[in-house]
Amino acid sequence: MAQTVAPPEAAERVPPLRRRQRQLPWPLNIYQTAVGKKYVMAVTGVGLLGFVIVHMIGNLHLYEGPSQINEYAEALRDLGGHLVPRTLILWVMRIGLIAMFGLHIHSAWSLKEISRRSSPKANWVSGNKRYPGGQDYVAVNFASRTMRWTGPIIGLYVLFHLADLTWGWWLGGDYIRGDVYHNVVESLSSIPVAIIYIVANVALSVHIYHGMWSAFQTLGVNNPRFNHLRRGLATVIAGAILVGNLSFPIMVQAGLVA
Amino acid sequence: MSAGSGGGSAGSGNGRSGNGHQVMLRLKLRIWRQAGPDEPGGFLDVDAEGIPADCSFLEMLDIVNERLITDDIEPITFAHDCREGICGTCGVMINGRPHGPEKATATCQLHMRKFRDGDEITIEPFRAASFPVVKDLMVDRRAFDRIIESGGFISAPTGTAPDANEIPVPKDVADFAMDAAACIGCGACVAACPNSAAQLFTAAKLGHLNVLPQGQPERWRRAEAMVETMESFFGSCTNHGECTEACPKEISLDFIAVLNRDYLKAKVKNRRLASQT
Ligand code: HEM
Ligand code: SF4
Ligand code: FES
Repeated sequence: MAQTVAPPEAAERVPPLRRRQRQLPWPLNIYQTAVGKKYVMAVTGVGLLGFVIVHMIGNLHLYEGPSQINEYAEALRDLGGHLVPRTLILWVMRIGLIAMFGLHIHSAWSLKEISRRSSPKANWVSGNKRYPGGQDYVAVNFASRTMRWTGPIIGLYVLFHLADLTWGWWLGGDYIRGDVYHNVVESLSSIPVAIIYIVANVALSVHIYHGMWSAFQTLGVNNPRFNHLRRGLATVIAGAILVGNLSFPIMVQAGLVA
Repeated sequence: MSAGSGGGSAGSGNGRSGNGHQVMLRLKLRIWRQAGPDEPGGFLDVDAEGIPADCSFLEMLDIVNERLITDDIEPITFAHDCREGICGTCGVMINGRPHGPEKATATCQLHMRKFRDGDEITIEPFRAASFPVVKDLMVDRRAFDRIIESGGFISAPTGTAPDANEIPVPKDVADFAMDAAACIGCGACVAACPNSAAQLFTAAKLGHLNVLPQGQPERWRRAEAMVETMESFFGSCTNHGECTEACPKEISLDFIAVLNRDYLKAKVKNRRLASQT
């Protein structure tokens, strides 16, 4: 075995920031590394993206009127029909989503910490380094620089959204279980609530604009034949999600859905 | 004062002096001074007059240093070697960009004619936790050596010289490997990265061996070892793309995608079955 030998004190003058941990059994050892965590972030991000797209398209039933959207919501609870207990499949999907959110957030947090510790004068939230003389960025964009802000905004928004329309915390007597149409209109007709939905969904689309492009790179989906399409695809999908999701609070506020 | 005023090229190429006279610049420099790795640093303001437009950025620093020496001030420490863009020793932040404003140009290849008379130029060292400042503008980049070392060896027969073209390498593959091999290890990618990630450097080093037939026997072991060594020193890539823009050799982000793919494969493969260790 050939080995590279360096004088010990010389090798340690720049010590590693992180020592290697004891390896967990496969495949957990993949998650112990930064590139492995980044894969998990990308896979769960793409999974969540799938959910966001389906959720947005499903909500378009709102425009067909109360009976259609309520029927759609009922069909979700009744997925699998008489073959499985009611809401079982919905719960399986919900648990999958919770797991994806958990992994996505944990990997995002850990990777941010790795970057923060590797960067002098790093910003505590974004983990990004700062030059005393200032840095003149060329390639970063608003979306890529704000991933670690838009992410937590989405997380808080998801909790708000569940409390609002799944648990009906503040609609109180106005919350009618199972009457999706009524609850959505009731909630979104309040101006502060509509503003929260609009801000959060802009953050979501900004997150997806960089996230989707980034996921291609992370997953190694790179081929000169289609590389030039990746940015465009991320823009179109983020744009479609933005238009779809913003339409709900705007249409309700405009009185077009009542 | 003679340093840096290589008279022969005076006036050529910049279009600013038709009559053969050297164009001279007056610059306001803000240069980072730091006595040692753990000392506090700060900017030194230098009013640099009479800087020939045809000299390189490092020659400009040479001129400034000669004047500092004349004034009994300690000269500014900066790293340099080949001064022709191939060794990767030079490299400072110039107005907030690694290697300055020109694309695909190392600090030593940057000419002062790219600046205008009266410009203010801020110069500071590359920064990352694993690039500690040695002094002033010089940083210790031995963390890169650790990454290279962990790549280890390649297996190649050592007897008599092999016949040319014994191992066929398609032209496209050779070009791709060559694009990666252009990396000079300067560290601008780490300096540019808001996360201080070394993905572009490591990807270039992995890329140039991993696509060639000669690099196959140790491919997966190398990918695993180099990525994990990289991670123990540097931050986590978020695909900003700032590194490629700063890179004097324009190493492509595509290599980072290849690194990600090879690393995951290395973690999943049964290397004995693939007869690759
Ligand atoms: C439904 C909601 C979400 C979707 C669709 C989504 C999607 C994505 C995608 C596709 C990526 C790219 C992964 C990669 O770089 O390879 C990503 C990255 C990221 N996500 Fe999310 N995400 C969501 C929610 C969240 C939440 C709740 C958080 C944090 C609390 C978060 C924080 C992050 C961070 C910090 C990154 C890394 C950014 C980077 O690498 O530059 N995300 N997300
Ligand atoms: S990838 Fe480019 S910027 Fe990074 S070390 Fe190599 S030559 Fe320098
Ligand atoms: S001094 Fe060698 S690359 Fe600049």
